[in-house]
Amino acid sequence: MTDPAIKPHLTREHVAELLRQMVRIRRFEEKCVELYQREKIRGFLHVYIGEEAIAVGIMQALAPADTVIATYREHGHAIARGVPMTTLMAEMYGKQEGCSRGRGGSMHVFDAKTRFYGGNAIVGGGLPLAVGTALADAMQKRPSVTACFFGEGAAAEGEFHESMNLAALWKLPVLFVCENNLYAMGTALALSESETDIHHKAESYRMPAEVVDGMDVVAVEAAARKAVVAIRAGAGPHFVECRTYRFRGHSMFDSELYRDKAEVERWKPHGPIERFGAWLRQNDILHEAAFQAIETEVAAEVEAAVAFAEAGTWEPVADLTKHVTLEPES
Amino acid sequence: MGEFVMPSLGADMDAGTLTEWLKHPGDAIKRGDVIAVVETQKGAIEIEAFEEGVLDRPLVELGTKVPVGTPLAFIRTAGAPAPSPVPSEIKLPETPATKPVAPPIAVSVAPPAIGRRVSPAARKIAAEHGLSLEGLKGTGPGGAIISTDLPQAARAAEPRAAKKPGIDLGEMRKAIAAAMARSKREIPHYYLSHPIDLTTAQQWLADINAGREPPERILLAALLSKAVALALHAFPEMNGFYQDGAFRPSRPIHLGTAIAIRGGGLVAPAIRDADTLTLDGLMAALRDLVARTRAGRLRSSELFDPTITVSSLGERGVERLYGVIYPPQVAIIGFGTPAPLPRVVDGKVEPRLMMTATLAADHRVSDGHRGALFLLEIERRLQQPDTL
Amino acid sequence: MNEIAPARIKTTYREAVRAAIRDALTADPKAFLMGEDVGHYGGCYAVSKGLLAEFGPERIRDTPLSESAFVGAGIGAALNGMRPIVEVMTVNFSLLALDQILNNAATLLHMSGGQFNVPLVIRMATGAGRQLAAQHSHSLEGWYAHIPGLKVLAPATIEDARGMLLGALKDPNPVLIFEHVMLYNMEGEIAADAGAVETGKAAIRRPGRDVTLITYGGSLAKAMAAAETLAKERIEAEVIDLRTLRPLDTATIIGSVARTRRAVVVDEGWKTGSLAAEVTATIMEQAFWELDAPVARVCSAEVPIPYPRHLEQAALPQPESIAAAARATLGR
Repeated sequence: MTDPAIKPHLTREHVAELLRQMVRIRRFEEKCVELYQREKIRGFLHVYIGEEAIAVGIMQALAPADTVIATYREHGHAIARGVPMTTLMAEMYGKQEGCSRGRGGSMHVFDAKTRFYGGNAIVGGGLPLAVGTALADAMQKRPSVTACFFGEGAAAEGEFHESMNLAALWKLPVLFVCENNLYAMGTALALSESETDIHHKAESYRMPAEVVDGMDVVAVEAAARKAVVAIRAGAGPHFVECRTYRFRGHSMFDSELYRDKAEVERWKPHGPIERFGAWLRQNDILHEAAFQAIETEVAAEVEAAVAFAEAGTWEPVADLTKHVTLEPES
Repeated sequence: MGEFVMPSLGADMDAGTLTEWLKHPGDAIKRGDVIAVVETQKGAIEIEAFEEGVLDRPLVELGTKVPVGTPLAFIRTAGAPAPSPVPSEIKLPETPATKPVAPPIAVSVAPPAIGRRVSPAARKIAAEHGLSLEGLKGTGPGGAIISTDLPQAARAAEPRAAKKPGIDLGEMRKAIAAAMARSKREIPHYYLSHPIDLTTAQQWLADINAGREPPERILLAALLSKAVALALHAFPEMNGFYQDGAFRPSRPIHLGTAIAIRGGGLVAPAIRDADTLTLDGLMAALRDLVARTRAGRLRSSELFDPTITVSSLGERGVERLYGVIYPPQVAIIGFGTPAPLPRVVDGKVEPRLMMTATLAADHRVSDGHRGALFLLEIERRLQQPDTL
Repeated sequence: MNEIAPARIKTTYREAVRAAIRDALTADPKAFLMGEDVGHYGGCYAVSKGLLAEFGPERIRDTPLSESAFVGAGIGAALNGMRPIVEVMTVNFSLLALDQILNNAATLLHMSGGQFNVPLVIRMATGAGRQLAAQHSHSLEGWYAHIPGLKVLAPATIEDARGMLLGALKDPNPVLIFEHVMLYNMEGEIAADAGAVETGKAAIRRPGRDVTLITYGGSLAKAMAAAETLAKERIEAEVIDLRTLRPLDTATIIGSVARTRRAVVVDEGWKTGSLAAEVTATIMEQAFWELDAPVARVCSAEVPIPYPRHLEQAALPQPESIAAAARATLGR
């Protein structure tokens, strides 16, 4: 078995790209935190810092015709999927140049061009949708896959279980990606799940399931490639549980009463960028100049995104009730 | 020179209390450094800097609660001079221009300018007082005539008489239309009819009236009304109002008496406490009502007091009428035109003066069995006119 | 004069709700709080912060993200002798538990022929104004007010935040309490010994004779601001705080409208099929002949709540739109 689709090819270009994508997410999110405190971004803001390897790793296995459905902590998925940082940042601001015309904000990023179907702020709400987009692909005999991201907190919802069963029963092309960051908002995994190995739940629906180190971008990519090849071959839904950790609070407004600071500090060296970077340096795969080049390029991209958002315009109030229903086609 | 401000950490954070400095004046600050602790409704949260430089003097004392956006300290950028001691003006957080936004959906209560608008309150008061709305200037929405456009006297709490009597036939027709439509919409009527032999009563009246001048004579209508009024003592479920989903019986018996108006229209003002009046008293009340109705001088209370209505067709009518209940009353009695008819009495066919009485009653309040007994009671009383 | 002024304390709406929960748990060993992140996190809106340490995890129960299960469990526990207070993070999330609320809580007493009542209190946040966009900002309390078998409360003041929960806990029926997100930070003074308040009655928050503004919850402050503006124009607006959305206190509504002859109903729900529609229809049925102007409604625009502040604010009732509607009823 040397199918290039299955194993990640760790060329210098590829590893640089993996790093670059993770850095793009990290720097974008850091900028969002700053902009939030300056009240440029409002509402609830949930950042992906610490979890970048998952979105970046999974996206490597997807094709443009595939579908992505994510959660309210979805900036990273959008960036990794190819939603431009400019329109994404404009969406954070609520400007009409935003990818959702500013109507959605941080929790509701949508982008038709990249088949990015949100951005769902109801925990578990994306899973039944993913079953449906996959059903449509299957019924139209398309070889496409739906990648559905959700946190481990969603595994407690009825919608999780109903979706697992339905996808497995109908052998639908869904890649379920559980981002297990150990806390459902402020509730620790052990306080919310009787079975803390989330992938076992998928197995009980007779769905192939695997657990990977969600801090290891290569491991995530490898798991995703393997699962997506199987799904495209008609093997039905697959489940990947990625063990990860979020370095910041659940949302901006979180005093983190539920975990101690030492725990966060212990995790930080194991962050996906930190670890991958160290590995690349140790093995002399990327030179320091390449790291610098990535940082410089990303910093410029983030600044350009902020400038784009700042220059954006407010949708006129007269358009308030637009985008509620469409006129039927005659 | 930059300002380090009370950050906004949440959509629901309006203010925070500065509780601790983790960096001190003169300390070098780099982006991401945690430099202070702020107490919020969710607990203490460490806050970080987004600028590089040197922390300058604090602007807010520890323990002070300040709104989001308030400068807490200056951050001097490398090489920049120390700031002047004049505190910078507090900048309000920048938000999108949201100056009084026009409501997206226009609230429009002004009616389009077609025809004349009269508010329900003004209509009701005008009807109670028999007021004409002609010539009144409306000051309500879209120029509608509203209650305060009516003469002050009409709006007094307990109006006794309208200043300028007169019945507006057009308005009356509308009022009848509204009342009758409501009645047919809301009230489940049931109907009963019963022939009543008036031969005895007619003879008794003839004897009474024999020695009287026409203005003093008692008419059959008075006899019929009195019989109804007395019969009601035993049938309280026919006398009162159905309101707010429940029947409220009335102790007083105020007999609404349908009176046709020349030129069209109909009113049914009350003969108050009809059961307590003598026949002569009742007759006088009836004459007075008819006269004032024709003159347009009814009191509003007379129109709203009736607890039941009686409609007699009199001499020139048809055999029977089926009434429509005047809401919120619950019954209406109809008396057809009396006519001599052959009838079997004691096994022999005899000409008798017969009249058909009808009852239309509200089925929410009473049933046909009770209605039938009520009609029989009226009949029984009419057979003993001397007791009326 | 030797009147002793009752002691007043400064507090917030959030603290008032917390104090009420504390009272309830102290007074009744069968009372307990459960919901998402009510314990270790301290509550999404920090209402229950500190209570875990006071009462322990048995009585301040963090639940998994399983709205249907934990609301249903609250119903079951209520059926079987406990006095649960269930917190649902926002009204949008309560839709995941709507089956339990409607098909069980509201219905069991009737289905069982009067045998099984559900003495349950469900609290949840409602409303817009924090730019939380279209899945966290709606006002669906009008939907719940449609359901026979439920009581629906909307505390708009700190006194009511303090007292309604205690009143609700005395009710043998399922009671839903809607706390508007914009109210939690509201500061004010209440009597130090403030306690349970009567529910079921509307309150006249400002007397007036020219027009009645009828509202509840998060819109009360806006209606009061509108009344203040109108007063400067010599229009005396009466402001009614409904307080209880089911059953409605129609006597107070009708009594006021009969005096002022004009009504503006202010409701953050969408206009179509709204609680405002119910209030308006009630006025039509019971006070039509007292009216001098059509009843006006100021509701949210017919759009999911958008994220940007200027559009969010434009979608919601505002003091200016309320005052404009009131003026229109007066032909101004």
